[in-house]
Amino acid sequence: IDLTSHIIKVYLTLKVENLGTSPASEVHLAFSPAEAEHLAIVKAAATSGKRKKKTYIPLDVKSAELPDGPNGTKFFTVTLLTPLNKGETATLEVLYILTHSLEPFPVEITQSESQLVYFRDSAILLSPYHVKEQTTFIKTPSTRVESFTVVDPAKRAGTELKYGPYEDQPPYSYSPVLVHFENNNPFAVVEELEREIEISHWGNVQVTERYRLVHAGARHKGAFSRVEYQTRPDATGVSSFKHLLAKLPPRVHSVYYRDEIGNVSTSNLRTDYRKSELEFQPRYPLFGGWKSTFVIGYGLPLQDFLFESPDGRRYLNFTFGCPLTQTVVDKLILKVVLPEGSKDPTAVIPFQVDQHLEIKYSYLDVIGRTVVVLEKSNVVPEHNVPFQVYYTFNPIFMLAEPLMLSIAIFLFFVASVSYLHADLSIRK
Amino acid sequence: MAASDAPNGDVLIRNAFGSVLAFLILLLIGVLAFSIRLFSVIKYESVIHEFDPYFNYRVTQFLTKNGIYDFWNWFDDRTWYPLGRVIGGTVYPGLTLTAGTLYWFLHSLNIPLSVETVCVFTAPIFSAFASWATFLLTKEVKGVGAGLTAAALLAMVPSYISRSVAGSYDNEAVAIFALIFTFYLYIKTLNTGSLFYATLNSLSYFYMVCSWGGYTFIINLIPMHVLLCIVTGRYSSRLYIAYAPLVVLGTLLAALVPVVGFNAVMTSEHFASFLVFIIIHVVALVYYIKGILSPKMFKVALALVVSIGLAVCCAMVAVIIALVASSPTKGWSGRSLSLLDPTYASKYIPIIASVSEHQPPTWPSYFMDINVLAFLIPAGIIACFSPLSDASLFAVLYIVLSVYFSGVMVRLMLVLAPAACILSGIALSQAFDVFTRSIKFQLPSLSDHSHIDARDASSENIVPDDTIKTDKSEDTPKERMTKRSKKKEKEPVEKPPTKFQIKKRLSVLPFEASIIAVILLVLLVAFYVVHCVWAAAEAYSAPSIVLTSHSNDGLHVFDDFREAYAWLSHNTDVDDKVASWWDYGYQTTAMANRTVIVDNNTWNNTHIATVGTAMSSPEKAAWEIFHSLDVKYVLVVFGGLVGYPSDDINKFLWMVRIGGGVFPHIKEPDYLRDGQYRIDSMATPTMLNCLMYKLSYYRFVETDGKAFDRVRRTEIGKKYFKLTHFEEVFTTHHWMVRIYKLKPPKNRIRGKNKKSKSKTSSTTTSKRKGTRRNPF
Repeated sequence: IDLTSHIIKVYLTLKVENLGTSPASEVHLAFSPAEAEHLAIVKAAATSGKRKKKTYIPLDVKSAELPDGPNGTKFFTVTLLTPLNKGETATLEVLYILTHSLEPFPVEITQSESQLVYFRDSAILLSPYHVKEQTTFIKTPSTRVESFTVVDPAKRAGTELKYGPYEDQPPYSYSPVLVHFENNNPFAVVEELEREIEISHWGNVQVTERYRLVHAGARHKGAFSRVEYQTRPDATGVSSFKHLLAKLPPRVHSVYYRDEIGNVSTSNLRTDYRKSELEFQPRYPLFGGWKSTFVIGYGLPLQDFLFESPDGRRYLNFTFGCPLTQTVVDKLILKVVLPEGSKDPTAVIPFQVDQHLEIKYSYLDVIGRTVVVLEKSNVVPEHNVPFQVYYTFNPIFMLAEPLMLSIAIFLFFVASVSYLHADLSIRK
Repeated sequence: MAASDAPNGDVLIRNAFGSVLAFLILLLIGVLAFSIRLFSVIKYESVIHEFDPYFNYRVTQFLTKNGIYDFWNWFDDRTWYPLGRVIGGTVYPGLTLTAGTLYWFLHSLNIPLSVETVCVFTAPIFSAFASWATFLLTKEVKGVGAGLTAAALLAMVPSYISRSVAGSYDNEAVAIFALIFTFYLYIKTLNTGSLFYATLNSLSYFYMVCSWGGYTFIINLIPMHVLLCIVTGRYSSRLYIAYAPLVVLGTLLAALVPVVGFNAVMTSEHFASFLVFIIIHVVALVYYIKGILSPKMFKVALALVVSIGLAVCCAMVAVIIALVASSPTKGWSGRSLSLLDPTYASKYIPIIASVSEHQPPTWPSYFMDINVLAFLIPAGIIACFSPLSDASLFAVLYIVLSVYFSGVMVRLMLVLAPAACILSGIALSQAFDVFTRSIKFQLPSLSDHSHIDARDASSENIVPDDTIKTDKSEDTPKERMTKRSKKKEKEPVEKPPTKFQIKKRLSVLPFEASIIAVILLVLLVAFYVVHCVWAAAEAYSAPSIVLTSHSNDGLHVFDDFREAYAWLSHNTDVDDKVASWWDYGYQTTAMANRTVIVDNNTWNNTHIATVGTAMSSPEKAAWEIFHSLDVKYVLVVFGGLVGYPSDDINKFLWMVRIGGGVFPHIKEPDYLRDGQYRIDSMATPTMLNCLMYKLSYYRFVETDGKAFDRVRRTEIGKKYFKLTHFEEVFTTHHWMVRIYKLKPPKNRIRGKNKKSKSKTSSTTTSKRKGTRRNPF
């Protein structure tokens, strides 16, 4: 269990053996209700080969219902590549990510204190199966660990806590542990992120991202003294953050960073041919509980993202998720604004999202543009995978607006010419 | 008309060509007027500037969001807490409605510009309109050539640029256009006698009333012009048509604007128009009777009418005087009174006097704001007198009055600018006309055309500046146009050839002198253009909420105001009240969306004085005042760390004065050491213990160890102190804005019960408290 940032990564290495008689093709993973609520992503992979040449084959993970789970335990099912026959074993690597699972304690800290958090988990893996042998390692960001529940055998070395090995635990055994430790990593949480990707067939993809950022760590208490913050940067406000880093696609242009009252001048863009990095500061350093909103926008060349599929449809290939590093997005709304006149949009995303369509009117639109809206909550950087939106588009629509404008101007000239030549006076 | 004058195909084509050229030049002038105001967007960003524009922006946002009816009925409870302010009835809605209409129009075409963008660019768009209106007005006064010159001058006059750069979203931006256009329609009616234009004129006046309180300038200037015309025997029916509908319709329409309402008939600012309205009717009657009676009968009737009329007039005047005298300010608003008596404000209303734009201007500010126009105005006046027409009489009167007003208040320099441009345009074009004509008639061998080319080439050699080209190319049509208008004026003269001969004899200057004079004039105009571009780029483009400074290691941006406002808007409760000096009220409501105690609409002097008193009281008394006003946060602006001069410490004496004006226990001498305002170790204890001092300099000494204030260029007097009733909650990066939170009241102890009982929540209490504490 990796607790170094506020995004908790849990790596499970499972060695499963089929003790039953019939071949098993699925393995169930169990999560407690609290975990299931904060679960962002579950990935599983089958490993094969020995140490040096390990290969990972990603496996299908689905949520499932099991009748015999106690107290609202949630299950996920991993489908194995080949069913396990009696007595066979397989090794699985499972990664799951928890957000909002570190509870700051004390809840409020002053500027000079550092942030301490609680982490609650079970020393013993919650599992619907009989567990023969199990060890839990917990990695903390610093050596400062205030306290931890001792479930023998448990020991602490440096930044690592070791629970176990425990042997022969019955199914659904649970042994709560509480770790109280220091974590001064920025708890940057985007409460809501709205990304709007607007495709123009004239050669541009315009991305607008509206952030509502909050520091979700221990709340700031009492005074904020600028003089202390400036003169002793390492002793005060250690859990606050003022820099954020956004990883943008390469060949990004016309980047802007502003909020509702104007441009924010503290940003820095580094570009090279593989990636662009936008390092920026919110208007003020964010302490626990402080909020900020801002907008980042940029343009991208169309040919990098829009392709034509073999069946003549076009598709946009773009990255899902939030470009900020090390942030959790509570609610991500991704809008793909297709050009006016596009039809039959379909989105292909490797995981479950809510989808619906909207209509948006932009510059001189008559029938409006189709917008594919994808919504997902609890998004972590692991969700930054490409997705595709397919649609059909007739290039003649590109000319609609220029034609409309020229006709309007032409009509205006005709009207003025006829006005100048007409005699409108009553008297003759 | 020109065609009938000279039924010659060549001339016809030339005239058509001339009007097309004039149209193109006008278009270019519009582009110039728009683009010269974009320096602020290019150098800084597309953002609303300064203080008042933020209020207008907020009102426009409300209008576009909630619609026009909600706008009229808007009671704003986020300002002047706990009084609130009726926005719909106390703003001039012209600007807001204009921008709102623009916004709706764009959105009906599905052009999704934000309200902010529309607001930022309203002023430049209307400057282009204003320069076209100037063209029309000057054309009515002195012909097309003068019109084009005046329009070009107005497009870039620094005085007007200072109020209408992109982002300066203030009433003046549209009002100057409305002002000039109203004058144009008045002159147009005067010249044509058309009732159509008279109606348009009152509509345009209505727009002006909607836009700006300066409409009183129109409603006083036009009656004065009418009176002058009558006195100088220039009465005509055209004058009557130009004036009477304006007063009737204009007053009715003006009364429709909620902020004006019955003021349109009740206040003294409007009395002049009614008086002249009566006079013009009397005069009209006299002319009519004169027309139908024989001279002898007329004399008898005159004697009769004068004796009765005098008696009636005396009675009327007595009634009016009694009415006026019964009101305390004699029916004049404070700002208007300080116009008539420049010393009025500084004597009685410190709040008006405290605003820098209400101070009288200095000589350099004339040079800065209207530059060479100041020297061209007298020439323009002379040009207006030869020959004197109704229209040119108006121009002269306009300049004379506006020079006076601009001398009283630096802000009214803005009213002077169009007049200066019109007269300078007339002067320049007349001068060019005279010089080029003398050159032309002394070069009989050369044809018209090549001569123009030659002159063009020569001027090109002198100034290779793009902007000059407009001026220069103007000369060609202007020359023709003025000639044509000259012809028009002298139509009674039978034969053109003889007229030409006369002219040739009359106004021919030596050839060399003319050439040199033309070159000098072009140089003068070039200097003007250079100055205007410089002023637009350097002096008037700063948005004042973002500051920049150049130093050895590059450009520094001080964005502290928005940092503080953003912090307030995201990290305080939405109903928290923020107290600050009134300068920052509009910005706080617009950018931070928090309720403020006082703002830049200084309608309630007592309320402002309460805040001033709190700022100049010791900490505990200040805490009590703020607490009684339900204030959660106090915001002060402090420039001592980075050397930002217009901070609260420098404004502090005004707080003391305004506070002391209402609460006598605050006395200005307590804050001054031997009549000097200082904050160093020589400062008075009252000064060193007042809230403003403490909030500004709290823990300042820890920055450099010495507490050296870079604005006052001294070390501060009291360096180490603690705050007991306030706590620092936010200070921006460069310390320019500091926000303090009021500590919650302590638990009441029995012994202190008596004292805290007297804290109740109204301003009157603090007044009472003040008197109680007063030892005298």
